[in-house]
Amino acid sequence: MLDAGPTDETLLEVNNIEVIYNHVILVLKGVSLKVPKGGITALLGGNGAGKTTTLKAISNLLHSERGEVTKGNIIYRGERVQDLNPAELVKKGVIQVMEGRHCFEHLTVEENLLTGSYTCGASRGDIDADLNMVYDYFPRLKERRRSQAGYTSGGEQQMVAIGRAIMSRPECILLDEPSMGLAPQLVEEIFNIVRDLNEKEGATFLLAEQNTNVALRFAHYGYILESGRVVMDGPAKELRENPDVKEFYLGMSDDGRKSFRDVRSYRRRKRWLS
Amino acid sequence: MPDQLLFGTEVFLNGLMAGVLYALVALGFVLIYKASGIFNYAQGVMALFAALTLVGIMDGQVPFSHLINAVLGTDIHHFGWNVPAVLAIILTMGVMVVLAWAVQQFIFRHLVNQEPIILFMATIGLAYFMEGFGDIMWGSDIKKLDVGLPQGGSFWIEENTQWLGFGNENFYGFFLDQLDIVATVIAAILVIVLVLFSQYTKQGRAMRAVADDHQAALSVGISLNFIWVMVWSVAGFVALVAGIMWGAKSGVQFSLSLIALKALPVLMLGGFTSIPGAIVGGLIIGVGEKMFEFIVGPMVGGATENWFAYVLALIFLVFRPQGLFGDKIIERV
Repeated sequence: MLDAGPTDETLLEVNNIEVIYNHVILVLKGVSLKVPKGGITALLGGNGAGKTTTLKAISNLLHSERGEVTKGNIIYRGERVQDLNPAELVKKGVIQVMEGRHCFEHLTVEENLLTGSYTCGASRGDIDADLNMVYDYFPRLKERRRSQAGYTSGGEQQMVAIGRAIMSRPECILLDEPSMGLAPQLVEEIFNIVRDLNEKEGATFLLAEQNTNVALRFAHYGYILESGRVVMDGPAKELRENPDVKEFYLGMSDDGRKSFRDVRSYRRRKRWLS
Repeated sequence: MPDQLLFGTEVFLNGLMAGVLYALVALGFVLIYKASGIFNYAQGVMALFAALTLVGIMDGQVPFSHLINAVLGTDIHHFGWNVPAVLAIILTMGVMVVLAWAVQQFIFRHLVNQEPIILFMATIGLAYFMEGFGDIMWGSDIKKLDVGLPQGGSFWIEENTQWLGFGNENFYGFFLDQLDIVATVIAAILVIVLVLFSQYTKQGRAMRAVADDHQAALSVGISLNFIWVMVWSVAGFVALVAGIMWGAKSGVQFSLSLIALKALPVLMLGGFTSIPGAIVGGLIIGVGEKMFEFIVGPMVGGATENWFAYVLALIFLVFRPQGLFGDKIIERV
């Protein structure tokens, strides 16, 4: 193992951002987080907590969905990046793997991967080398390189989406819900590859995930979002041991498994207590 | 050989040629639809506009001369020079690229993520705007377009096919218009170039990626604006070629924009997303309507060409909605 784990250097910093869709719907109400270089940072929370919106705010894919960052700022390597368009961000090394894979269905697996190299302007030989690297991490894709991506399985499509992002030679990969709709075994496989990429290639990950259990096993640090706010954060190990997280996100507590009826939103209980 | 068979063959060949012209117009639709999901109603008007601009430049006409004369009280209409055809075609292409950029910059950039029907409405608006704009810019009179393409029947083909009559005295060889033959060759080259471009180049691949999934294309750093301007420019070029062919055949006049309507059945038949589909669809419609007119026409009193293509398209819509070559709708459960 190389020098795995996060360094002290902060690669990406999100400071107190607010995001509004369609000029009226306030989705993020002041989210702040730090992504250390070389680490896997997890963004956790239920449906509609604002995980995807946070990632899209960073990669600036919000604009095409009529959303905008109205407050706060996003700093990547000491530079304000929220006014850059997605293409410029990809060139700087920040790329998002979107939720639900979003492969180019009618392109072959290999063509999908090649679209990832659109911005980097590498020579034909370098692109081939990158392609072989992706095939080393995802041997399955090599077998299916000539099939249309639309006809590959969900797991393979997720691999295509991650591989495509790697082709852009990124420094920071924003990975949105990689486990969505995949069998537990496949989820494990994908997360193992993410860890490999992190350890061997030094890629920094910020991943949004509903599957708290898996995410906290693979991540170094975690943030928990609820209704557009960060309600808790800490090293993954600590979060895993935290009784509240155990109860509300991992579905277990000291007195065994709880009935679903008793599991309420974390925030709501906090409000009662305070 | 009997008269009927020979004449039928000639009708068939002419149908193929007519089909090529339909296909050229359909091609413009396919390009834009594939890359941006916009059904560009203005494609026909783009062909008209391109042809008007080409004639205007070649004749050294002063653009907006009526407007200038009306405002300033002057009487100018021509610069008094003639521009050679090749140079004029290049200049016209430049105008079409500027047009593509303007369409993207002023209209579709602001309509990202809107419903397809809204985009369609926008192209209808664009069509009528461009028709009026072309009118103000170049005047509304019928113009003759002569870029030096051969006209009239090909004697060479007539002489060299006469033997096919096998002694039939009424047969003088097949009559084929030289212009149609040129159009066929140009269309074939155009299609091959377009297919090679979209299959094997980086920008072509990006274009297909954008066609499949805008958001994903954006996420890997493909600039949608750039791709769309590129696609509209290519469609503008196809419109220019179509405008030259139709204009050379029947003069540059405002009814030229109606060829867009002829492209509709071609699209339904060939599929909205397939470049080869547009060509094959065009050929089937061209041959189909000529042969139908030739065989069934006399029984029903003729004039079947007006509706045959649409009926054929309707039948296709019912049994094969994606057309002959359209992208299969990939659905995974």
